[in-house]
Amino acid sequence: MDLDLSESERAFRDEARAWLAANVPAEPLPSMDTEEGWRLHQEWEAMLAEARWAVVSWPEEYHGRGASLVEWVLFEEEYYRAGAPGRVSQNGIFLLSPILFGYGTQEQQDRFLPSMATGEQIWAQCWSEPEAGSDLASLKSTATRDDERGGWVLNGQKTWSSRATYAHWGFGLFRSDPEAQRHAGLTYFLFPLDADGVTVRPIAQLDGEAGFAEVFLDDVFVPDADVLGGVGDGWRVAMSTAGNERGLSLRSPGRFCAAADRLVALYRERPDARAADGVVDAWLRAHAYRLYTWGTVTRLADGGEMGAAGSVNKVFWSELDIALHETALDLLGPESELESTWLDGYTFSLSGPIYAGTNEVQRNIVAERILGLPREPKGAGR
Amino acid sequence: MKFVLDDDHRAFASSLDSLLASADTVAVARAWADGEHEPGLRLWQRLAEQGVTALADEPVFLVVAFERLGYHAVPGPWVESVAYLGREDGIGTVAVPPHVPYALDADVTDRDDVGSRHRSVDRTRRLFEVSGEDEPDDEAFDRAVLAVSAQLLGLGERVLDDSVAYVKQRKQFGRQIGSYQAIKHALADVRIALDFARPLVLGAALEEVPASAAKVAAGDAAYRAARTGLQVHGAIGYTAEFDLSLWLTKIRALVTAWGTPAVHRARLLESLVDGGVR
Repeated sequence: MDLDLSESERAFRDEARAWLAANVPAEPLPSMDTEEGWRLHQEWEAMLAEARWAVVSWPEEYHGRGASLVEWVLFEEEYYRAGAPGRVSQNGIFLLSPILFGYGTQEQQDRFLPSMATGEQIWAQCWSEPEAGSDLASLKSTATRDDERGGWVLNGQKTWSSRATYAHWGFGLFRSDPEAQRHAGLTYFLFPLDADGVTVRPIAQLDGEAGFAEVFLDDVFVPDADVLGGVGDGWRVAMSTAGNERGLSLRSPGRFCAAADRLVALYRERPDARAADGVVDAWLRAHAYRLYTWGTVTRLADGGEMGAAGSVNKVFWSELDIALHETALDLLGPESELESTWLDGYTFSLSGPIYAGTNEVQRNIVAERILGLPREPKGAGR
Repeated sequence: MKFVLDDDHRAFASSLDSLLASADTVAVARAWADGEHEPGLRLWQRLAEQGVTALADEPVFLVVAFERLGYHAVPGPWVESVAYLGREDGIGTVAVPPHVPYALDADVTDRDDVGSRHRSVDRTRRLFEVSGEDEPDDEAFDRAVLAVSAQLLGLGERVLDDSVAYVKQRKQFGRQIGSYQAIKHALADVRIALDFARPLVLGAALEEVPASAAKVAAGDAAYRAARTGLQVHGAIGYTAEFDLSLWLTKIRALVTAWGTPAVHRARLLESLVDGGVR
């Protein structure tokens, strides 16, 4: 048992640190959910890809470095410590790419992965529907077979689609077998957001910016080549995405450790004994998360699986993120309501317990799949 | 980079577990609380033969052993004798004012300065005034803090295990109470708190984080386990006769033993603001 890095891991970390120090923009970029901010974030992604830092864990042929899990975590630590921009390509590189690597055809991988890595094509996730939130399997959007054209015709409405306002492609689940119930008969589709029949309507979020959108699909044709995984197998395929989103990949410990360090720095500038416990607890929990992640990385490297532990993870980091930012606002006192990066971080943190499976759903998963508690009796509350 | 217990650690834990599971530690603890030390002293001897008293210089093994001591609610001045004093033979105890004002179980040690006794919320913790001055030792103090943290982790894990077993078996309104979300979510939060306290305890053993970080996190997680465990058991959990009481009262005592949460948070804050902690 040890936390030591190998020589090559240290070299990798040092190389990342040096590149980031030389290239991270001195001033934070404007919000990626504005037109100018979007363009600048896309340019940043292109720069990362050019230097092969965009997708370090991917194979070299797709702009990666074939980095190990340990190296990926190290890169993320350096990335957030350097204060580098948020990843506008996040939906694609963190959520969709594991599915493309796992279930996509060679042709799909070759067609989609390179432009995803360079940020040329940005992906939006199209999961929720107006009547299907936590109960995602009750979704109603349909896919109807079109043998003549060799594909499917999509109809329905998706909502809370992150990045859909400016993104180029969407991915999501549609009911391809109207006779099948719930988890059965769903298929995973990829579709361009500028296809005929697609209407994207931006939704202003709590901070006023259009970070997500509604997506209306009206007889949208999708060729067979853009079905991901097997027809009718969409639930299984999608759940492996959700596992990634909840689990290790989306919230690397680096971001919380970097935020905790900034919180300690803020406390040094504006010490306030009343907020001291919050500062200590934020630091403590960020480092608990870092060390916990090294444990997860060790188990995954030994061939273990994330499984329901992703739900333990998600509840913890989402609540830590809010508490950390609340403490920062406490320290800022009456000025906390003024626009600032702390306020932006706080507002964003509020979405954590909601997206990627609400924390209530996660706690059910922890209770049922880890503690082995009985499921709710069928029909209760329905 | 390998942040999981090695095979040796796991084998040690499981050998201690099989010893303790067949030792009726509940009866040992109840006798100890009544001042009948014989069964507890015999158990001390058996654990010493397994090497538990020789772990002061092996922090990861120390953590592994103390988690098992907590899990089985083993009574006695283990933290004081093994972690603080580093005694391999015999049994010692110590008072380190202001954080440790009384000497635990001084009447079973070779101390000759034992004064009057105080009753703890944990009846198995027999606290004594001692007149002699013990030399404060910061390194030993941190080792004791680490050991208590591991003990708290084990105590919390046991309360969670027993609570999960209970809510699967107890029925009300025609259903197992463990099928209600109010119960599920409370127990899930205990699981999460313990899962994130453990890496800080192990991290402190590797000197990656201060021992205070381990104590705050393990104390919070175990205390959450105790509060939740009592609540899901209902009135039966509130009785002295039901064995859960041994764990609930020990957790309450250990949360403030060897430095209260406030003391350890203050230590952490000081090192953070001075930049001494990464």
